[in-house]
Amino acid sequence: MPPMKILVAISNVPDTTTKIQFTDADTKFNASGVTFVINPYDEWYALVRALELKEANLAEKITLIHVGAPDSEATIRKGFALGADDAVRINMEAQDALTVAEQIANYAQSNSYELILVGKETINYNGSSVGAMIAGVLNQPFVSLATKLNIAGNTATIEHDIDGGTQIVECSLPLVVSCAKGMAEQRIPNMRGIMAARTKPLTVIQPIESNPLTSIKSFALSTGRTSCKMIGEDNLDELVHLLHTEAKVI
Amino acid sequence: MILVYVEINKGRVKKASLECVNYASKIAELTGSSVTAMVNHADASQLEEIGKAGANKILSIKNDRLNSDGIYISAAIEQAVKSENAKVVIFAFDITGKAVAPRLSARLRAGLVAGAVDYPVINGTSFEVRKNVFSGKATALYSITSDIKIISLLPNSFPVILKNNHASVSDFEIDFSGISSPIVVKETKTNDSGGMAPLPEAELVVSAGRGLKGPENWGMVEDLAKSLGATTACSRPVADMHWRPHHEHVGQTGVAIRPNLYIAIGISGAIQHLAGVNGSKTIVVINNDKEAPFFKSADYGVIGDAFSIVPKLTAAIKKFKINQN
Ligand SMILES: Cc1cc2nc3c(=O)[nH]c(=O)nc-3n(C[C@H](O)[C@H](O)[C@H](O)COP(=O)(O)OP(=O)(O)OC[C@H]3O[C@@H](n4cnc5c(N)ncnc54)[C@H](O)[C@@H]3O)c2cc1C
Ligand SMILES: Nc1ncnc2c1ncn2[C@@H]1O[C@H](COP(=O)(O)O)[C@@H](O)[C@H]1O
Repeated sequence: MPPMKILVAISNVPDTTTKIQFTDADTKFNASGVTFVINPYDEWYALVRALELKEANLAEKITLIHVGAPDSEATIRKGFALGADDAVRINMEAQDALTVAEQIANYAQSNSYELILVGKETINYNGSSVGAMIAGVLNQPFVSLATKLNIAGNTATIEHDIDGGTQIVECSLPLVVSCAKGMAEQRIPNMRGIMAARTKPLTVIQPIESNPLTSIKSFALSTGRTSCKMIGEDNLDELVHLLHTEAKVI
Repeated sequence: MILVYVEINKGRVKKASLECVNYASKIAELTGSSVTAMVNHADASQLEEIGKAGANKILSIKNDRLNSDGIYISAAIEQAVKSENAKVVIFAFDITGKAVAPRLSARLRAGLVAGAVDYPVINGTSFEVRKNVFSGKATALYSITSDIKIISLLPNSFPVILKNNHASVSDFEIDFSGISSPIVVKETKTNDSGGMAPLPEAELVVSAGRGLKGPENWGMVEDLAKSLGATTACSRPVADMHWRPHHEHVGQTGVAIRPNLYIAIGISGAIQHLAGVNGSKTIVVINNDKEAPFFKSADYGVIGDAFSIVPKLTAAIKKFKINQN
């Protein structure tokens, strides 16, 4: 078997239950008191599937890559506790998707990874962009929304979602894949993993020059629904009437 | 010039593509520009529909490779951007748009806003557009500073309006020499949607959760959906337990939707569920627990047992439909 190295891109995001707040006149996310986690898709699907491939002797080494500031190192260590071998942090504030992708692509290029796994989207910026951008910079193929991934020799077999259905594709490596539900099951780190995480190598490298082309000017909280009109169960004609005349949706 | 990538799916111009042509024509109006649509294998009536949605010109392509993967689609659009001198490129934020727009952004080094929900605000050289962030809990106003700008539009953000407009059509040849993809398609399976609109495009959705107790109870959900012409959906545990197919699962880990009407039956309203549905214009919640969190995110609520409410609601809708005719 050719030795295969997998690069898993992980993002550091507020836990799904976080109450979202902004500061500095609504120009910055208020991170104070917020618990940060590995973006769920990156952890449960991309990383765990990579670990499974390694356990099946189909991959040799799993490297985590993260573009971000030093405060995300706790999140990277969670990836170590799950079983990743080593990690690279590119030391810069992630600004826009393209600059993140350019950093990751640059690192991947000079260290030749056969497979790059990303999550289907981040739960904070919801861009679904970084994976295809990495593939674009590297001029490599990209398979999105993978729900199954297998490797045999130099070929990946992937089941993924397409418009109105699913598709099975084969592709020679190198390749970039975005991972969605179905790829693997969530794991909880065990004590041995947690102990080992302390000593695994986390390399910090400086970013290459890359100018962001987009930036966030301001945030606004989505206006929630103000009130819910309660309708009696014996008054459903009224509900239908309201849906027609008030909500105008039927 | 504003370039729009249009897709045909199951013999029809995709609704999300028509929304993009509409959106582009509004931007063209704001900036005194024009709209060019790019489409593969469209017939005469499809070309006419794209014109009615607001395209001034259509680049008509006939190339089988364009249907296969993002490498080809991105390369084709790149050629059109250059030959037509496009300044803004519009995609739908759907499966194709999510794979292609970022690749094009990287190839052209053009700034991308993925999942826009509103028209851009353009003032001199400043170009700003809003998108959802934090899974719909907030929005962010993004500025794009590159010369070429790419926007992918969140489906169902605007209704489709067709006008008496006619586009000129010209054949567009793509040069794929030197471009190849190693991806080989082995098998394609189509979801059985039973003739319903696909979830991301559906305007009316009836969804049910664990409160329904078991897959054998979905008949009443399907009847309600049928009475409305709605698409059925479900919460995540329901798909995980294989009560319903995986492609019906909505929420943060499933499909994100924003129909005009979302009816949630026996679904508690967990934050991860809401993340995929809170963009719906109107939400109706049916739940026997008056404390169910979903009521806080609903427009209309009915407290009670779904097993008696749902059939009654179906009957009320049928009565309404008969009276309308
Ligand atoms: C990271 C993460 C991602 C997730 N992603 C998703 C996602 O994408 N989509 C998703 O749906 N969930 C997701 N979940 C799971 C989510 O947290 C909830 O567990 C799930 O949505 C609950 O599904 P439910 O409402 O069907 O079931 P329950 O929470 O069990 O709710 C059932 C509801 O039915 C009501 N009920 C019971 N009997 C009746 C009756 N006879 N008549 C009327 N009402 C009745 C109950 O009062 C209750 O409110 C995710 C969780 C995590 C941690
Ligand atoms: N700052 C980051 N560092 C490393 N990987 C990232 C970063 N941001 C995004 N990614 C990866 O790209 C995927 C898609 O992100 P996005 O385009 O923001 O939705 C994520 O699921 C991660 O795998």
